[in-house]
Amino acid sequence: MSDSPAVHYLNEQKGWKSWLLTLDHKRIGILYLYSIMAAFLLGGVFAVLIRLELLHPGQQYMEADTYNQFFTLHGAIMIFLFIIPSIPAALGNFVLPLMIGAKDVAFPRLNLLSWYIYIVGALVALYSIFAGAVDTGWTFYTPYSTESATTVVPMTLAVFILGFSSIFTGVNFIATIHKLRTPGMTWFKMPLFVWGLYATAIIQVLATPVIGITTLLLILERTMLIGIFDPAMGGDPVLFQHFFWFYSHPAVYIMILPGMGIISELISTFSHKKIFGYKAIAYSSLGIAFVSFLVWGHHMFVAGQSELAAVIFSFLTFFVGIPSGIKVFNWVATMYKGSITLQTPMWYALSFLFLFTIGGLTGIFLGTLSVDVHLHDTYFVVAHFHYVMMGGTVMAFLGGLHYWWPKMWGRMYNEKWAKISVALIFIGFNITFFSQFIMGSQGMPRRYYNYLDQYQPLHAFSTYGSWILGLGFIVMAVYLIHSLFKGKQAPKNPWESLTMEWVTNSPPIHHNFEETPKLTHEPYDYDKVLAEKN
Amino acid sequence: MSSHAEHPKFLEHHFVEPEQQAASAKLGMWVFLLTEILLFGGLFVVYAVYRAWNPDIFHNAHVHLDVMLGAINTVVLITSSLTMALAIRSMQLGRQSETITNLVITLLLAGTFLVIKYFEYSHKIHLGQLPGKFYTFEGIEGTNPHIFFGVYFMMTGLHGIHVLAGMATIIWVLRRTIRGDFSAAYYTPIEMTGLYWHLVDLIWIFLFPLFYLVG
Repeated sequence: MSDSPAVHYLNEQKGWKSWLLTLDHKRIGILYLYSIMAAFLLGGVFAVLIRLELLHPGQQYMEADTYNQFFTLHGAIMIFLFIIPSIPAALGNFVLPLMIGAKDVAFPRLNLLSWYIYIVGALVALYSIFAGAVDTGWTFYTPYSTESATTVVPMTLAVFILGFSSIFTGVNFIATIHKLRTPGMTWFKMPLFVWGLYATAIIQVLATPVIGITTLLLILERTMLIGIFDPAMGGDPVLFQHFFWFYSHPAVYIMILPGMGIISELISTFSHKKIFGYKAIAYSSLGIAFVSFLVWGHHMFVAGQSELAAVIFSFLTFFVGIPSGIKVFNWVATMYKGSITLQTPMWYALSFLFLFTIGGLTGIFLGTLSVDVHLHDTYFVVAHFHYVMMGGTVMAFLGGLHYWWPKMWGRMYNEKWAKISVALIFIGFNITFFSQFIMGSQGMPRRYYNYLDQYQPLHAFSTYGSWILGLGFIVMAVYLIHSLFKGKQAPKNPWESLTMEWVTNSPPIHHNFEETPKLTHEPYDYDKVLAEKN
Repeated sequence: MSSHAEHPKFLEHHFVEPEQQAASAKLGMWVFLLTEILLFGGLFVVYAVYRAWNPDIFHNAHVHLDVMLGAINTVVLITSSLTMALAIRSMQLGRQSETITNLVITLLLAGTFLVIKYFEYSHKIHLGQLPGKFYTFEGIEGTNPHIFFGVYFMMTGLHGIHVLAGMATIIWVLRRTIRGDFSAAYYTPIEMTGLYWHLVDLIWIFLFPLFYLVG
């Protein structure tokens, strides 16, 4: 078939060495994909085990200390090893140069180095798990994290190392987007996923060094007893929270912004209609990146920061709703009067719209001072960030994965099983986490090992949901792996998309394009292109 | 540039022309330097917070730092920045041996900085002017005088690590210069090393007054 060249990036060179020493952004993207999927599996197993323990009050299957370790590991693995690198480093690496008509990212060796740093960080994290897993929660709050007898130092060291991986990806993407766009592709002719990656890279570069220095301070606090977070020695534990959230709040936008970029691609492609409000969506990505640095204090409303600071942070937090709302309304307007085809990636995009909107609006509840005093540290918070992170980012990631799967492997997956899987995931997700909104509003505290009998039905409901969710992922793993071997050959452009990665073959050749691609239309000119076709 | 332009050896396959490659490297390096500033930024915040809370300690403790040695080190680093800039200039003019000389002088000055720092550190360790629980010195009034030395050792220590990293990078470009990798047409790695080295210098220029001259 002409669409699948005999020689492409997957088979041009063979053997494990050709993979471990590759400088090809597509292969590095695949290496990242394998790695983050392994992390996702591990974090997911911890999640299912946590839910299993919470099926009934009291001890079920594990000790309280084990439970503390499990929820910490679930959080730390999912955040630092899965969700932060998921879209930028795996999908972004693969797609970004293709989308802008480049042969590679600006610094291919740095790209490979970032993967190796990720692997080293992951190994240090694994070591900390086997050497007596951390039990502090993924936020490593002092003073407990300076006192806990568990392996805090290796885990925070892992976070420190992983930060460099993230920084290098960010530096690379910024240089790539600035300098390697194909002739004619001006900033406002870039696909919106590229805008999303650009805004993400800015946050990665500006915020990640701060978590680096924070974890370093925590390590020094534990090893050299510098007392910087210890009130008995003139230090301040709340300072740790300031530092931690100065990174970790922008970090949630590192997680969501590239996901929003994917959603822009999916909604326009599967509505076969020009994206509504291109510039508004592009600028709102930068707007979110900007506001993200000004809201960290909303994590500390009850941690003893001044009331004035709390009021200002609360007010600024509401601003996040504006660019996010702009995006959601533009996506909905794009679908309006489009000719929508409901293929699997679009199902994920629609799930995202539904779930992210719930997650975003409940974020406004939590940003409201008086409401937060009641909801702080309850399951409401847990449900909120799972709606944003899993209902948002993970749905977008899965949508993107299905969207670009044919491009990555040159194979199509089974559409019927894919739809069964997305339905299971959507239903399972809502059962698992909507119940947690209700529990949280009734006062169920997060991270508790035991609970009052009155919460049992909702906890059980949530646990049953986690099984449906798990089943959905198992189905997905089966049909995706099956497609690699038995899937139909994928055409160049199975979705009739207009962005540049679909001009080249599936899978692409080593240098991406036979010759430098020419920009003949803007990324979402569906009306124009369809009119020319007819 | 014509489409049949030569493809020089140093030009990587994914760039169209040398200008694009050099501009990418420069942008990437500046962005990386930004991350370095933010890394130190965290510590500057720590400094600001603890100095605001303990102005007396910072005043009483800073007199135990040797202003003379700090001043010498400042001059040493600024001079090394000059020789680094001269190294780039030499290569722009295609003068290889001059570049090598300038890089070697830069390296020696960096080494001098670390040697002086070593004497300062060992004197403090000897007196017990150390961070946190290791603090045993008894000549400073006020509660928790260890805080000053905690911040001092963290900031100058992290800076010292950066000096070491800078020296490693200078050795790397020195080797490549000797090997003849660079010319007036291609000297990007030397220039990038220079950018990094100036940042390391610049951070010290802030550290020196903040610790040695606060009185």
